[in-house]
This record gives sequence, C-alpha cells and structure tokens, in this order.
Amino acid sequence: MQIYLPIAELSVDVFLLLGLGGAIGFLSGLFGVGGGFLMTPILIFIGIPPPVAVGTEANQIVASSVSGVLAHWRRGNVDFKMGGILLLGGLLGSTLGVWLFAVLRQLGQIDLVIKLCYVTFLGIIGGLMFVESLRALGRRRRATAARDKMHKHTWIHGLPLKMRFRRSKLYISALLPAGVGVLVGVLSAIMGVGGGFIMVPAMIYLLGMPTAVVVGTSLFQIIFVTANVTFLQAYANQTVDVVLAVILLTGAVIGAQFGARAGAKLRGEQLRILLALMVLVVCGKLLYDLTVTPADLYSIGGGE
Amino acid sequence: MIRIAALLTVLFAAAPLRAAPIVVDLSEHLVAITAGFAGAEVLLFGAVDEPGDVVVIVRGPTRPMIMYRKSRHFGIWVNADHMTFEDVPAYYAIASTRPLEDIAAPTVLARNEMGVENLRLELPRAKASPNVAQDWREALIRNQQRAGLYPAEAGRVGFLGDRLFRTRLTLPANVPTGAYEAKVYYLREGQIVSAQTTPLFVSKVGVEAEIFDFAYEQSALYGIVAILVALMAGWLAHIAFRRA
Repeated sequence: MQIYLPIAELSVDVFLLLGLGGAIGFLSGLFGVGGGFLMTPILIFIGIPPPVAVGTEANQIVASSVSGVLAHWRRGNVDFKMGGILLLGGLLGSTLGVWLFAVLRQLGQIDLVIKLCYVTFLGIIGGLMFVESLRALGRRRRATAARDKMHKHTWIHGLPLKMRFRRSKLYISALLPAGVGVLVGVLSAIMGVGGGFIMVPAMIYLLGMPTAVVVGTSLFQIIFVTANVTFLQAYANQTVDVVLAVILLTGAVIGAQFGARAGAKLRGEQLRILLALMVLVVCGKLLYDLTVTPADLYSIGGGE
Repeated sequence: MIRIAALLTVLFAAAPLRAAPIVVDLSEHLVAITAGFAGAEVLLFGAVDEPGDVVVIVRGPTRPMIMYRKSRHFGIWVNADHMTFEDVPAYYAIASTRPLEDIAAPTVLARNEMGVENLRLELPRAKASPNVAQDWREALIRNQQRAGLYPAEAGRVGFLGDRLFRTRLTLPANVPTGAYEAKVYYLREGQIVSAQTTPLFVSKVGVEAEIFDFAYEQSALYGIVAILVALMAGWLAHIAFRRA
C-alpha cells in the first residue's frame, strides 16, 4: 500500500517503512542503541532526500528517547546535573549545526557532508567497537590478564570550572561535558542522530562516568537536543516529515520490544561484534557510493 | 426550445467552414494528490473536422532549476560545478498520431517545441559556450527522464473513425504540483491548422495539502507540534512497555 509523504514529496510503500522501523527498532532494542545512525542512511538508500531523512529522524528519536529515559529514570539512572551541562552544550551545538546545514544546502553540498560524516563516524565507531569486542572475547579466554589502572590523571583533570557530579561520583571541569555536548549537538543536526553512539563512549572513556548512569543520562540529553533539532529543522529548512516519522516510530516501538527480549538471551561481546559489523557494512556501502563513478555526473538540485 | 438549440449546435458543428477545426477536453481538470496517491491517468479526447494529425503536449509549471556536475576530488565524487536553467517545465510529455518526423518538418517541430530535443531550455548566455550548454541541457533532460517527468516514449493518439481522437496522459507518483496545460495541435499535410489549450491542475488535497501548507506557512508551530507528537508517542510506548 503506497502512501504519499507530504514533505518528502514522494510515495513509498507503508509496509516497507513499517518493516524498516520494526527492523531498526529490533536492533536498537537488541543492542541498546538509538538506531538513528542506521535509520538515516537506510532512508537515504530507499530514496528519501537526505535533508528530509535527517530532519525526520531527529523527530523520531525524540519519541524513542522519551520511552527509554522514563524507564531509566524510574531506576534512578539519570544524572540530571551532568545531563544539564551536556544539554547546554548540545543546544548550542545543534543550533550551530542546523545553521550549518542550511548553508551547506544552499551550496549544494549537504548530501555530501551528511554522507561523509556518516562514513567517518561509522568507520571510527564500528572499527573501535569491533577491535574492542574481539579483545574482550580474547580476554575472556585468558582469564589472567593484567588490569588497567582504575584512575589515570591526565591534562583533562587540569581544566578550569571544576564541578562536582554526585550521581556520577565525579569532580571534573564542566567544560568537558559541555564540549562533548557541543560536538554531539552539531552531529545530531547534520546527521539526524541522537548521538548516543558517540556520547556513550565519550562519557565512559573521556569523562569516566559509571556505566550504570551513562545510558539514562545520554537519553535525557538526547530528548532535548533532538527536540531542538526537530524544531529548528522544521523552522529553518522545512525538512521534518511528520507522516514519515509517525510510521517509522510505530514500527520501531514494536520492534524494540522484541529486540530487548532477544538481547537478554545473547552474550554482550557477541552482540557488540554483530553491531560493529553492521555499522561497518553501512559505512562501507556509503563509502562505496561516494567513490564509485556515478552513472550520471549531472544531477538536479532543489527547485528553489 | 432546448431541442432546437441542440439541433442547431449539431448543424453548425457539422458545417466544415463555420466550426472550430478542433475541440478538446480532459476527463478531469484536477489531479488530486491524496495520501494514497500513486500516479494518475487522465483521458484527453476531442474531435477534428477533417482527417489529419494530432499532437498533444502536456507541460508542467515552469521554474528555475539548478543542476550540479560532479567531479572527483581525493577519490570522492563532489558536486563541483553548477548551472541554473531559468524556465524549465517541471513536466513534459508528448503524444501523437504518428511518429513526429512523419507528421511535420523539423522546422515546424522545433518552432513549436515538439519533442524534448526541441525544448527551449535557456542557460544564461554568458555562462557557457554552446557545446558546454548542450551538455548541460542533455543532462537536464536525461535526469528528468530518469525521474519519469519527461517520459522518453512518446504517447499514442488514437483515432476512432476519422474525427474522434483520444489519448491517455499518465502522470507518475512524483509529479510536481502546479498549473499544467495540455496543448493540442491539429496538423494537415505538415502544417499546423489549429491548436487548442486546456488546463490541468495538479495539487495536494486533503490532509497531505494541510500538512504541507502547515509546514511551510507556520514552520515554528509545525516544529512544536512535531515534537509534541513524538513526546506523546514515546510516552505511550513507555506505558505499553511497562505492561509487557
């Protein structure tokens, strides 16, 4: 059954969209990730204009983060103070990002920049995750491996504006989470992602937050940043397709339930290797499309 | 009284010298893009006063169109050049009773923009040499053909007897909105005897139109509503999760 998407201005099979939403929802439930970094490229693959894919995906992530954060909140796994600082940076970054998006669109380079961002970040994250989980599997076999020192003192701890984060048991400079927030905000606006796949590793490895509060806190920040992106993309670029967002979301909500159940039955390292491989496949496909000689060197830009 | 009027009309229509040489109409003048829109078919029909040839040209609204050409930088294909065409019909389709080259001389075809190769797609003159301009023009047509907006195959106009003709206009699902016109040329012995134009509107109707207008006219409010919808959906999902 075809449905006409009013903002994307094309008609797509509803069941294809529901199926995609369901499949990505399943994966996000399985791996505990937002799924935006998989959904946006796939929307682009099926022919949704990249700017609409990005704007709409931000809208969909608002919904999936809300349902996620409520669950974490009930378990007390949200560090609101840390979330607030991340959010300040995120709002700044995402506003900057949407502005950058509009400029790039005018220059005719937005599609390229979206794809390059994806190739870069999917490549880095997928590669690191793959190597790390292979090592973890190896470590499991060699039970007596040397452990890293718990706390390393680096230049990071010398930054000014130190703040105490009780819930995260940290005393660090506020500039650090704010900086992470800005970076994630910019990426959120340009890539149409929540940015969890960058923020979570940054919170664990860079800020040194305890794993238990990381996911809840990042989801808390993601809600507001993606809401900001949704608003600004709708306002400045008119690229948010509510119809598309609602269809994807319906599929994703259902898929996530099954994914979470399946995830409980699989081992962590194996899951992460699978996720890493998938990320690398999407990255490879995007990179291939950028480097292979296009069938037609000429293309039509926006009609504006 | 009415009967007499009708009879008179028929008589006048039958009188070869007095009547218009060609009459044309469409099965509908509005193509409505609704939620389930997957393309549309419109029937164009009409009559001519003597056997001859008919050429039908359907054009979409004209608009400026920007085109990009990619070239390779650091191994990656980047939009490097761009060119803006001033008046490009968003849609262009042609149908005829016989192959165009059998109907009229090339000069006649060119003068009336019959066939995509005869479309006048002007580039700002200073910007490109004739050869380069030709490349861009061909690329534009190729891209539009690929998108299904300039159907590569010419349609067929069929005659029923000597006088009545009909053809089907097929509009794809991605058809741009706006004011279209179907221009029907009536030719005898390679010369245009008469032409008739009939309007056709393609527009979003119902929910689709409302969402689109809302998004463009009240962008800020649209953004807020989009967020509220998402918040609501997320909250509902959370409740469903808890139950499960």
